Amino acid sequence: MNILDIRNVSKRFGNLVAVREVSLAVARGELRAIIGPNGAGKTTFFNLISGFFPPTAGAIVFDGRDITALPAYRRVALGMARTFQITEIFPELTVFENVRVGAEMKAGYGLRPYLGRTETAAIKRAVDEVLDLVGLQAKAHRLVGELAHGDQRCAEIAMALSLAPHLLLLDEPTAGMGDQETYQITQLVRRLHREKNCTIVLIEHDMRVVFHLADRITVLDQGALLAEGSPQEIAANTAVQEAYLGKTA
Amino acid sequence: MSKALAARSLVALVIVWTLLLLAPYWLPPFGGYTALGTRVLVLALAAMSVNFLLGFTGVLSFGHAAYFGLGAYGAGLSLKFLTMSSPLSIFYGMLLAGIAGAILGALIVRRRGVYFAMVTIAFGQVFYYIAFQWSSLTGGDDGLRGFSRQPLDFGLFSVDILSNANAFYYFVLFFFALVTAVMAVILRSPFGRTMVAIRENERRARFLGIPVERHIWIAFTLSCFFIGVAGALYALTNNFADPRGLHYSQSGDFVMMAVMGGMRTFWGPLLGAAVFVILQDYLSSVTVNWMSFVGLLFVLVVLFFPRGLLGFIRPTSKA
Repeated sequence: MNILDIRNVSKRFGNLVAVREVSLAVARGELRAIIGPNGAGKTTFFNLISGFFPPTAGAIVFDGRDITALPAYRRVALGMARTFQITEIFPELTVFENVRVGAEMKAGYGLRPYLGRTETAAIKRAVDEVLDLVGLQAKAHRLVGELAHGDQRCAEIAMALSLAPHLLLLDEPTAGMGDQETYQITQLVRRLHREKNCTIVLIEHDMRVVFHLADRITVLDQGALLAEGSPQEIAANTAVQEAYLGKTA
Repeated sequence: MSKALAARSLVALVIVWTLLLLAPYWLPPFGGYTALGTRVLVLALAAMSVNFLLGFTGVLSFGHAAYFGLGAYGAGLSLKFLTMSSPLSIFYGMLLAGIAGAILGALIVRRRGVYFAMVTIAFGQVFYYIAFQWSSLTGGDDGLRGFSRQPLDFGLFSVDILSNANAFYYFVLFFFALVTAVMAVILRSPFGRTMVAIRENERRARFLGIPVERHIWIAFTLSCFFIGVAGALYALTNNFADPRGLHYSQSGDFVMMAVMGGMRTFWGPLLGAAVFVILQDYLSSVTVNWMSFVGLLFVLVVLFFPRGLLGFIRPTSKA
């Protein structure tokens, strides 16, 4: 069964149609990349999937359940986590504290006025595990707002991972990163996909990253679906080359 | 929390509680008096309640005087008509403020920033005008009179909190300790951490699965219960409830105390309230324009200590 089934969704802002009747099916365990030129509607599409705003038309089915009308926090509870193109973190808290919020929400402690010793220890283990995974353990007690850009991006991914999601949405994880950092993030995403068996959908501008990682690629152009296929198919697709690859080459 | 920080907050705790517990003994040598300490405690509790929202949830309420006033009228009216027990009157005052806060909070929490502040002012003023106009119950402009705090009856003995200023100070300190302990426990809990998460980044909080509106509503309601206790204690302190205690300028005073003392710190508003009350006490005997001096100090603090008087003590990094 597909973990994500998007059927003919559209998003209209006044006269602008940002996303036009896009359908997308993501299989469980897949690593899907969404590419497209600037203004293609990739981030709007992500916002529809994650519940940032509702679609004007169409339906979104997650894990066999229609979530079209659900607010973002409910989608998170169902196992969906995301990062943002512009890093969204808690700048005045430490890395550990940032990730702990997610771990406690995942454990269902959001309304708890008190946490016992064993529960606290379990949360700490969960946070440490995620920090080990993304390689931020050494910086666990630094304020996240004081970290380098690349580490902040990693911290945001760690926060998403603390929710132990079935589906992870990454909006340009390597945005603004140098080669070394881009490589590290690529390795991280690959590990998450292979070892954690996490279904991942990512938006990415860096074609090296996309062709390196993705099982399948979806191309959006001017809000509409232009093509979908394996990296080889997309690389050979003339429509894609014209609309997108041709311009950047 | 790192060990150094834990040690630091333990030291702060010991200093604060030593000063508060011994206040009736060290205040007079410094030219103070016990009733001044009582006023500081009451207003500090109110400012800390406002700061529970402002400093730890990132939501600015400019109408909390309404719930402070409801606590005061609730306590005053229950002493007048319902009960002879001072603690019970505080309970009733708290309940009135908290329930009103829960109902109005549900209407307010969808607003943000300036709009939130404006709506809290608007609802706050509603209560001010009710207290002002409904003279038969509230005494209108003259305020609510005809009640006074009652001795505490412990069966075998009773404590006279009416004429013994020190006894009343400790009575107030007991409730201050109770409420601040509840606040501290909540702020250290997972729920408290979701409040801080909302303050830091509402979007991120939402996408970590926090139902932001619901959590703000709970924090708002809790802070109304807390400030209701402060309002009730205020009524018992003066044996009087004043409609001006509900006015939005009173809300502004609470916000000023919190910001002046340091709104990102737990004890900041206590320091802010102490500075405010002491300045008021000394300056108002010198000039009727005492408020302009407090205002000047406020401007200086905001300019030179944007984190408040206590804020500069806090390290910027816990590394």
